[in-house]
Amino acid sequence: MAKDIQGLGLGLASRFAGSELAKKYGLRKPAERMAYLWTKKGFQFVGKLQADKAKKKAADPLLLAAPAAHGLFDLTLTDEQQMIKDTVRSYAEEVVRGLAHDANEAMTLPENYLEDIQALGLNFFSVPEVLGGAAQSYSPTTSAIIAEELAWGDMSLAFATLAPVAVANAIVRWGTPKQKDTYLPNYLGEKPVKAAIAVQEPNALFDPKQLSTKAKKTKRGFEISGIKNLLPFGGEADLYLVAARYKKQPRLFFVRGDSEGVSWKVSPGMGLRATATGTLKLDSVHVDSDAMLGDDTFNYQAFIDLGQLHWCALAVGACQAALDYLIPYVNEREAFGEPISHRQSVAFMVANIGIEMESMRLMTWRAAALAEMGKPFHREAYLAHLLCADKAMEIGTNAVQLLGGHGFTKEHPAERWYRDLRVLACVNSGLHL
Amino acid sequence: MINLENPKKFRGLVHQARQVAENVFRPVSRKYDRSEHAYPVELDMLAAIMDGMNDGTTGEGAGAGKLKQENKHKGEGVQNGTNLSTVLSLAELCWGDVGFSLTLPRQGLGNAAIAAVADDEQFKRFGGKWAAMAITEPGFGSDSAAVRTTAIKDGDEYIINGEKIYVTAGERADCVVVWASVDRSLGRAAIKSFIVEKGTPGMEVVRLEKKLGIKASDTAAITFTDCRIPASNLLGDPEVNVEKGFAGVMQTFDNTRPVVAAMAIGVAKASLDRTREILKSLNIDAAYNRPLKTSTQLEAQLYRYEAEWEAARLLTLRAAWMADNGQPNSMEASMAKAKAGRVANAITLGCVEMLGTLGYSEDELLEKWARDSKILDIFEGTQQIQQLIVARRLLGKSSAQLK
Repeated sequence: MAKDIQGLGLGLASRFAGSELAKKYGLRKPAERMAYLWTKKGFQFVGKLQADKAKKKAADPLLLAAPAAHGLFDLTLTDEQQMIKDTVRSYAEEVVRGLAHDANEAMTLPENYLEDIQALGLNFFSVPEVLGGAAQSYSPTTSAIIAEELAWGDMSLAFATLAPVAVANAIVRWGTPKQKDTYLPNYLGEKPVKAAIAVQEPNALFDPKQLSTKAKKTKRGFEISGIKNLLPFGGEADLYLVAARYKKQPRLFFVRGDSEGVSWKVSPGMGLRATATGTLKLDSVHVDSDAMLGDDTFNYQAFIDLGQLHWCALAVGACQAALDYLIPYVNEREAFGEPISHRQSVAFMVANIGIEMESMRLMTWRAAALAEMGKPFHREAYLAHLLCADKAMEIGTNAVQLLGGHGFTKEHPAERWYRDLRVLACVNSGLHL
Repeated sequence: MINLENPKKFRGLVHQARQVAENVFRPVSRKYDRSEHAYPVELDMLAAIMDGMNDGTTGEGAGAGKLKQENKHKGEGVQNGTNLSTVLSLAELCWGDVGFSLTLPRQGLGNAAIAAVADDEQFKRFGGKWAAMAITEPGFGSDSAAVRTTAIKDGDEYIINGEKIYVTAGERADCVVVWASVDRSLGRAAIKSFIVEKGTPGMEVVRLEKKLGIKASDTAAITFTDCRIPASNLLGDPEVNVEKGFAGVMQTFDNTRPVVAAMAIGVAKASLDRTREILKSLNIDAAYNRPLKTSTQLEAQLYRYEAEWEAARLLTLRAAWMADNGQPNSMEASMAKAKAGRVANAITLGCVEMLGTLGYSEDELLEKWARDSKILDIFEGTQQIQQLIVARRLLGKSSAQLK
């Protein structure tokens, strides 16, 4: 943090020095932070969930039953969701935010980042109990809350954290029993899984229902050819879930990262740079006959919608972070003898960020909750994504604007939010609540 | 547990409101738009229905007279109560006609004030009456603290002097809740609300406004000249508490702003529904089946309107839900009102634009809804006032700092 302070005005520097954030980073070394979180949060967290295990049993433990609905309009988080939210937020605040600047510059994940974040046990909330996880029900709302809080720390690092979780979520939601058995236990090991959903193709006006990537049946399984982009992990992913057109229908296929015919090209984007994004080329890649995700009940539209909603949740978190950052800034930054927040032109921009961010959150939660209850949610997801794409960019650009020239520099995270939030209107899937 | 669907328990109530909107309001909507100041006789019958809805089997009931911030939890767990049922049913009524919804007998804004602060004795006397609300004066609008009307204590009575404008249903209502200062030297803390019954000597309706929209709802200018009312008609605490100040009278707004937001939701939905109907006759379905980028401009615009509308609706339901559950909702109420007001205005105007001269013509109600919607971004706190409130809350600023 110290080097970020250089070059700023004295007023800003003293503001930072006195802030809780600086205190935290100054006082705690990374190792101590990890030890603290692992013992105090991670374990407590998973331990509590496992203690609750005996209470409820899902009818089909592999499918994960939807929770019982009480039929009331309700915005109250469950105790479990509140606990998850608090834990993930504190990790985002104490660890993720501090890593974001350098990771963005280095265009790679911080060393041991994925190993360290295993302490949060996020994988446990996707994998069903019977396979050793802690999940009692498939919960898109819980996934949305996790995404929101992690992205509060940094959207790019949150994407890297959640891309593999998204694959697990997709397997839990759509996978055959055999696929669940094959892939999900990997998520419970000590080594982090690097996996990603590959739908997006580098064509303008890309429509996820009109895939250029093709799969055809072979004697041993399937053969897949095509190009996918904006994928994380710099070509080091163990597993990709690749969308390809098969018998005129879009389907998803498990493709191992080390398969023959798979090649990687580094292609950084405007944002999400810490995830080391790139383009994946599949040249007649062979996969086994059981590599197609799910069975005849697979719903591609719902798969895509759950991906877009996951992005929406990330955007909500980043927008909340922007608002939380802007408030002290505009209150402390003075112009013409008073804080700039005393001017309506500034204050109203802040008010509108608050209003639209809450709009984004409610739209996202609503669609996620419908999905959780097993109800149709395509329209709600479509509109949530549309709103989030519009408002995320509005908030991103206004965050830079409110900081003025400072916002344009890398001394502040606003320019990163600006770049990361632009992805909302550009990407299709890649995640999955 | 997160669930943002309309609660099942209010389905009956919402359905009833929709029936009223469709079968009572819509057929005479244009008629009273054209004959401003004519009393909509159809509403007397409706008032009886509304009373029935309130006292019916749905439990909590709905309407201005029932709005109340729950101070503490009633029973265990999450509540879906009167605030939520009111915004849901009022949105339906305003889908029918905003003007009529504003001039429903016994459902005035004054009724909301009475419900929020009246004591038992006052509620017994005025609970069943139609109460209008008189705040605005010729000299001020948003700046409610600038009240010049005075109420001077004289024995067992107050003597009211001043002029009030923009009093919705000011002539039709049985009584008017008037904001007046008991001592102008003490500033805003001295502003109290008083119930003045129709026919009280010294109270005179001097004018009915001619307006852009909501013409079915009369808007009166009223003068008070040495108008004497019983001291027991003062609502709330008669003591001037400089510490607590203005908060008491402003508290009503936390309950009524989501209601006005709901009205905006209703009229905007009317425009969206009718626009979709007309587009469907042209084989334009807008069924969310293509990405936004490859949709037609018209479809994309419609989707944007729907997304904004849903966001406004959810913000409104949240504010009402918070009130039902005893959570302070001042900021959230203003967020809902700000969003719903501007979104409804943009949507109703946008739908007129989409449909061209058909939308512009009186052959359709779209142009009327576009005129009606404007007031919803103005009364009960303008767009700009809502933004001020939200900004002050977010930034932790007082009204002296952030003016």
